[in-house]
Amino acid sequence: MSIFINQHTRLLVQGLTGREGQFHARQCREYGARVVAGVTPGKGGQEMDGIPVFDTVREAVTATGANCSLLFVPPLLAADAILEAAESGIPLIVAITEHIPVLDMFRVKRYLDGLPSRLIGPNCPGLISPGLCKVGIMPGSIHLPGGIGVISRSGTLTYEVVHQLTREGLGQSTCIGIGGDPVVGTSFLDCLAAFEDDPQTTGVVLVGEIGGNAEEEAAAFVAEKMSKPVVGFIAGLTAPPGRRMGHAGAIVSGSGTTAASKVAALEAAGIRVCRGLSSLGRTCKEIFN
Amino acid sequence: MNLHEYQAKELFRRYSVPVPAGNIAENTSEARTAARKLGVYPLVVKAQIHAGGRGKGGAVRFATSEQEVADATAAILSTPLLTAQTGMTGAVARRVLVEQWIDPARELYLSITADRESATLLIMASQAGGMDIEAVAAATPEKIIKVKVNPLLGLQPFHCRQVAFGLELPAALLQPFTDLLTGLFRLFMENDCTLMEINPLAITKAGQLIALDAKIDLDDNGLRRHPELMNWRDEGEEDPLELAAARAGLNYIKLNGNIGNLVNGAGLAMATMDLIKQGGGEPANFLDVGGGASSAMIEEGLRIILSNPKVKGILINIFGGILRCDVLATGIIQAAKNNEIKVPVVVRLEGTNAEKGRRLLAESGLELITAADLADAAAKISAIVKNGECA
Repeated sequence: MSIFINQHTRLLVQGLTGREGQFHARQCREYGARVVAGVTPGKGGQEMDGIPVFDTVREAVTATGANCSLLFVPPLLAADAILEAAESGIPLIVAITEHIPVLDMFRVKRYLDGLPSRLIGPNCPGLISPGLCKVGIMPGSIHLPGGIGVISRSGTLTYEVVHQLTREGLGQSTCIGIGGDPVVGTSFLDCLAAFEDDPQTTGVVLVGEIGGNAEEEAAAFVAEKMSKPVVGFIAGLTAPPGRRMGHAGAIVSGSGTTAASKVAALEAAGIRVCRGLSSLGRTCKEIFN
Repeated sequence: MNLHEYQAKELFRRYSVPVPAGNIAENTSEARTAARKLGVYPLVVKAQIHAGGRGKGGAVRFATSEQEVADATAAILSTPLLTAQTGMTGAVARRVLVEQWIDPARELYLSITADRESATLLIMASQAGGMDIEAVAAATPEKIIKVKVNPLLGLQPFHCRQVAFGLELPAALLQPFTDLLTGLFRLFMENDCTLMEINPLAITKAGQLIALDAKIDLDDNGLRRHPELMNWRDEGEEDPLELAAARAGLNYIKLNGNIGNLVNGAGLAMATMDLIKQGGGEPANFLDVGGGASSAMIEEGLRIILSNPKVKGILINIFGGILRCDVLATGIIQAAKNNEIKVPVVVRLEGTNAEKGRRLLAESGLELITAADLADAAAKISAIVKNGECA
């Protein structure tokens, strides 16, 4: 078991014929994902490495039974592509694209509230269920199948965390980057709930950062609803207020929370928070074994 | 991207939001011309600078004659503005707005922000105009009117009524206020704003609404849809190193510490800064080279870090995914050839092509300190900080 994706995932790539789309579709396939279709408007009828390309998501779904979409669509076109996937009945949409205008995402977020589709991202590395399926841009080789769920707002920071877990012999059930934007489709909360329900998952690592209140919500959820152990990490203790730290969503705002207040919220919920990234693997070994 | 007050007011005019008559000036002679064009006194002369808190810093001055306008302009353009937001060194304005002075009967506060938690547009209003809204929120939260607007629905007349009656506006002002708020909301949505604030929004003694101040922040990610606004960027307000980095496609923020760092990915970069601090140092910058950095970008990143004289050591932390470690290594070697690197550099490479990257660095003859893993890197940076203290 795993959450959101597994060996039955039938993957569609929106923007398959672009440079990134091609590269990562190949990487996902090499890892074992079943890439069944691509969509690039105007290139319907072509093929990429034997993968059929369609003009619309609806056609692709009808022809191939795709049930998950991975998006590499330029920022100003991405909101439209997400909505197209949702309206075509794709249950899981993973948007890698960074720099989508925030008001575009407001509309997408509110529209998806009324549909069954789940959006992961945008501005995220995607997700991987080690040994089963990869829907994203993370290096597959650092992962190890196992029981730890990983949730993070970052890309390379997630790789670092996974690398340390693997080195300690702690395999992962599913690793999800939920994205570094102010508005994302899937929250820490959604992932924690799914991990709590997943029989393979025995513990969760939650990697947060400054900006917003997703970590505080997660802390409240863990305190009330989680039976499985959770280890936390928060990036941005040294981030100056008022500056966006690379991620559009990573900003300590005037009246908002700080990294220190997030650490405090997690600890108050009984979550063991690791202060230094270099010792995260060891801390996890201590807690999860 | 932040707009200046005069730019925000220009947008207000386009959306029929009333603002005082005014002209922009970059020196005293332009200020005199601006005053003559307005032709009425009194006037106000306002520093055009991104830092807030201008009222307290002497950056808004009253003038009753052309000479006073010139004097006020000269004072503003030569005095560093010291506010909580500019820091101890202050910042000097390079332009002033010469504007008709309005004597308000009432001062209100009105803002629209993009509320990330609810994905709605949040309208906030209060009768305590002219005051810091966060202070009002802390002292008397019940006096702030909050109305959330679903972006799919857009602003409706009932939203406007909620705000207007909340502000206890006279019935005669309901329609003018609805027109004003509708204009502001359209401006917000059509120009990819993330924040719009009028503080104060005045009601004149003649009973008319007029925006005495204007603040607008735009979403950088939406700017490509608005080429005109993109040209309104005031590069003089930005740190020169940060500007150079942005031009090279790098995400660099200058900080006050002594340890430079170059990292791929924003989250890992923040965590690396924290690690530097935990080792006893202070990060001199945030630098995310991104997922697809070329060796030329790495070289430029190192050059920018080294142009900060406070830097006493550098930590390069790369977890190769899309960015391959051999590309990174080539960039470091190139940077070392073209710039004299006088400070110790600790390099930690992991992920895609890490072995190849390490080999390139080892064969380059450069005096780099390689770290086996993150813990090792942290220890080595810590040692550099301690040596620096002894020396």
